[in-house]
Amino acid sequence: MRTLLARLKERFALGPITEQRPDLAFVTVERETLRPLLRHLRDAEGFTHLVLLTAVDWIEEGLFQLTWLVHDRRRARDIGLRVMVARDAPVMDAVHDLWPTAATYQRELKEMFGIDFPGSPRIDEEFILEGWVDIPPYRRDFDTLKFSEETFEHRAGRGTTDPATHMREHLGIQGGSK
Amino acid sequence: MTAGADVLAATDPRPPIDLSSGKYLKLWQGPQHPGITGNMSIELTVCGDEVVEGKTHVGYLHRGFEKLMERRTFIQVFPIVCRVCVPEPDFNEYCYAAAIEELAGIEVPERARWIRTLILEMGRINSYLMYLGGQAGAFGLGVIGQWTTHVRDLMLDRFEEMTGARIYHMFILPGGVRDGLPDGFDRRMAETLREIERTMADVENVMFHNAVFKKRTRGVGVIPVDLVDTYGITGPNARAAGLPNDVRKDHPYLVYPELRFEPVIGHESDMYARADVRRRDLLVSIDLIRQILARMPRSGPTMSRLPNVLHWKIPRGETYVRGECSRGEYGYYVVTDGSGYPRRINVRGPSYTHAMALLEHLIPGTNISDVAALMVSLHTYPPEIER
Amino acid sequence: MRDEDMNERRIGVRDELRKRIVKGPDGIEFEVDPISDYYCDARPEVRPGAYAGIVESLFNWARSESLWILGFGTGCGAIEMRPLMTPRFDAYRYGIQWRPTPRQANLFVVSGYLSVKTLKRVIRSYEQMQNPKYVVGLGSCTINGGMYWDSYNTIKKLDQYLPVDVYIAGCMPRPEALLAGFEELKRIIRAGKAEGANLYAENFDWYKANQKRVIHDWDMPDYNW
Repeated sequence: MRTLLARLKERFALGPITEQRPDLAFVTVERETLRPLLRHLRDAEGFTHLVLLTAVDWIEEGLFQLTWLVHDRRRARDIGLRVMVARDAPVMDAVHDLWPTAATYQRELKEMFGIDFPGSPRIDEEFILEGWVDIPPYRRDFDTLKFSEETFEHRAGRGTTDPATHMREHLGIQGGSK
Repeated sequence: MTAGADVLAATDPRPPIDLSSGKYLKLWQGPQHPGITGNMSIELTVCGDEVVEGKTHVGYLHRGFEKLMERRTFIQVFPIVCRVCVPEPDFNEYCYAAAIEELAGIEVPERARWIRTLILEMGRINSYLMYLGGQAGAFGLGVIGQWTTHVRDLMLDRFEEMTGARIYHMFILPGGVRDGLPDGFDRRMAETLREIERTMADVENVMFHNAVFKKRTRGVGVIPVDLVDTYGITGPNARAAGLPNDVRKDHPYLVYPELRFEPVIGHESDMYARADVRRRDLLVSIDLIRQILARMPRSGPTMSRLPNVLHWKIPRGETYVRGECSRGEYGYYVVTDGSGYPRRINVRGPSYTHAMALLEHLIPGTNISDVAALMVSLHTYPPEIER
Repeated sequence: MRDEDMNERRIGVRDELRKRIVKGPDGIEFEVDPISDYYCDARPEVRPGAYAGIVESLFNWARSESLWILGFGTGCGAIEMRPLMTPRFDAYRYGIQWRPTPRQANLFVVSGYLSVKTLKRVIRSYEQMQNPKYVVGLGSCTINGGMYWDSYNTIKKLDQYLPVDVYIAGCMPRPEALLAGFEELKRIIRAGKAEGANLYAENFDWYKANQKRVIHDWDMPDYNW
C-alpha cells in the first residue's frame, strides 16, 4: 500500500492520506484528478472493481464528500478516493464509462443528495422515491422526524425510546447524552 | 480485462424500440407478482416471447435506514441494522459491529469471534436454502421449496435457542456477542446438520439431475467472465464464472484463517452453474460449522467492556468493512465525526449491482418465461438495494 | 433543491399515461387517454348482506373457511409467510392458501412496513380484489410505525388508508402468531363483523383524502376496479 501511494504521488497531486488499515487507505484528491486517477488505478495498477460510491454531508463546512472505493482483488487492497464538492452547487463528473455500475450509484446520489452527474444514464429518473417533494432526504438539513410527523398520521400512545430519559425517569440515574 | 465497459458504452447493438409500431408490448413484472424475488419490479418490453428490454424499478422497500442511523446513538443503531436485509440479517450486525470496533478501537474476545463466525455460517445456510427453494419454484418444482423451507425451519430453531429470535437475532453487537451457546446445542446442531445433508442429497437428485431443470438452466443467463469485474460482481455469481472470489479467503476476517475450506468454483457461468455453486457452498458451510463447533473455546468472556453507551463518542474517522455473505461482498462504510452519533453509514449490498446494472444487462434476449428464474439465479434481495 | 424541477416532477404525468394517438393494426388512428379509457372509474358501492339471518351466517362460515391470501410480500413479514405453506405450520388445513392475483384473493396480508411507493400499489391491488375482502396488518410497523416511527418514507397507521380487520403485533410475528391472527379473523368473519369492503365504500372520500395526502404523484383513477 505504501509503495502504491508513493507511486501515485509521483504522478498525481494527492491531498491528505489516511491509512485506515494495511489494506485500506483513503486519499483526498481534486475534482480534476479523479477521473485520470481512477483510470490509472484500473488500467495500470490492477484495481478491479468499484465497490461503492457514496457521499457524506459535511454541512458545517458546506461540503459534500464523495467517496469512490475501488478494490484490487489480486493484492486484496482497497483505496478510497475522496472528492470535496461545494454544497450549494453540487456537480461531479460521472464515471459510469469506467465502471457501468457507477450509473446506479450516481442515480441514487442525485436523488438522495441532489448531487448532479451530467451525462449519467437515466440520471433524472426517479430511483427509490416516488413523488418526492421535499429537499433530498439524505442531506443533513432534512429533518426526517419533523417530516414524518407532518406527513403521516401517528397513533397516539407511543412511549419514548430514549435510554437516557428512561434511566432518568424510571431508574433515577442522572446524566445521559441529551 | 476491463475493456468490456468501454465497448458497452460505445456500441449498443440493439435497434431502437418504437413502441407505437404495435410490434412490442410493455409488461410490468412486479411488484405484485409471484415470480419476483421480494418487492421490486421489472419493466419488460417484449416482442413475442422474447424480451428486448428490461428496466428494474426499486424503492418499494425504502425505509431510509441510512438517515435513521444518523439520528440514533451508536448503540441505538444496533437493533435496526439487522432489518436492512431480511433473509440474512446477521451480516448487517457483523459489518456494523466490526466497523464500530475498528473506529473505536475495541478488541473482541476470542470466544465471541468464534460465535460470530458460527452465526454467519448458519445464516449463510438459511439464505442458500431459501435460494434453492426459490430457484426450483421458478421452474415449477414446488416440492424443493417445501423441503428446503422445512430444514431452514430447523436451522431457525437453532437460532432461536441461541439468540431467542427466529429472524432478527440482534445477537452480534459492538464489542462481542450477547451470550455463549446453550447446553446441548452441539448435539442438536449436529442433528440439524445431518438432516440438512440428507435433504441436500434429495435436492441434488430431484433438482440437479432433473432433465427439465437442466434444459431450462444450462446456457441461460450466462455472465461473461470479463464482465465480472466491470460490473463488480462478487460472491457465487462470480465464482460460478470460474473466479475464486471469496472475501473469506481474500480478506480473512473473524476466525476464517484458522478454518480449512476452499472456495467453490463453477465454470459455465450459467444458471445451472450458479445453482450448483450455491449447493456445494452450502455443504462447505456445514463443514465449517462442524469445524467451528469442534474447535471453539468453551469458556471465557463473550463481551468486552464498552464505554457508557449513553456517553459513547467515537473520534472522527472513516472505514469500510466487508464480509462474504451468501450473495457476495457485503460491506459497511461508516463515517464518524467525534460525536455520539454516526455521521454516515452506507450499506453496500451485493444485490445493488447484481439486480440493477447486471440484471438489466442480462435480460435482453431472454425468453419471457426465464426472467423470473434469471432474477432468482442472481440471488438478489431487494431490501438491501434500497435500504 | 425545492425548485421548479421538483414541482414539475410532482405535477407531471408519466409518459405512458399521457393522451396520445395510437395506430391500430388495421391502420386506423385513434386517440387514447389511458386514465379514462383503460380504467372504469365507478365508485365502490356498499353491499349489505343480501339474505337475512341464518343464510348470511352460513355464507359467513363458508367465507371464513376459505381465506385466500394475495401473494404480495410488501415488507419483511413475507419471510414468515413461507413456513406457513410447509407441513410444519401448514396453514392449508385452515383453508388458507396463497393466490397470485388479486382477482382470486379475498385476504390482503400487509406484511410489514409500507413505503409510500408500495402503498400506491397496495391500494391498487386491494381495490382489484373481490368483495367481501379482508385486510390483516402484520407487524408493529403497520400499527404505529414500529422501528420506523421517524422514517420519512413509511406510513405509520395502516387503518388510515385501508380498512383493517386484524392487527398482528410483533417484529416480526412468528408463524404461530400469524395462525392465531387468522383464527381471530375467522371469528370476526363468522360474527358478521368483517365489513371492511363496505366500510371502505362508505368512507371512500375519507380514505381517498388520506391516501392522496401522502401519495404526491397520484396518477391513477380514484377507484381501480
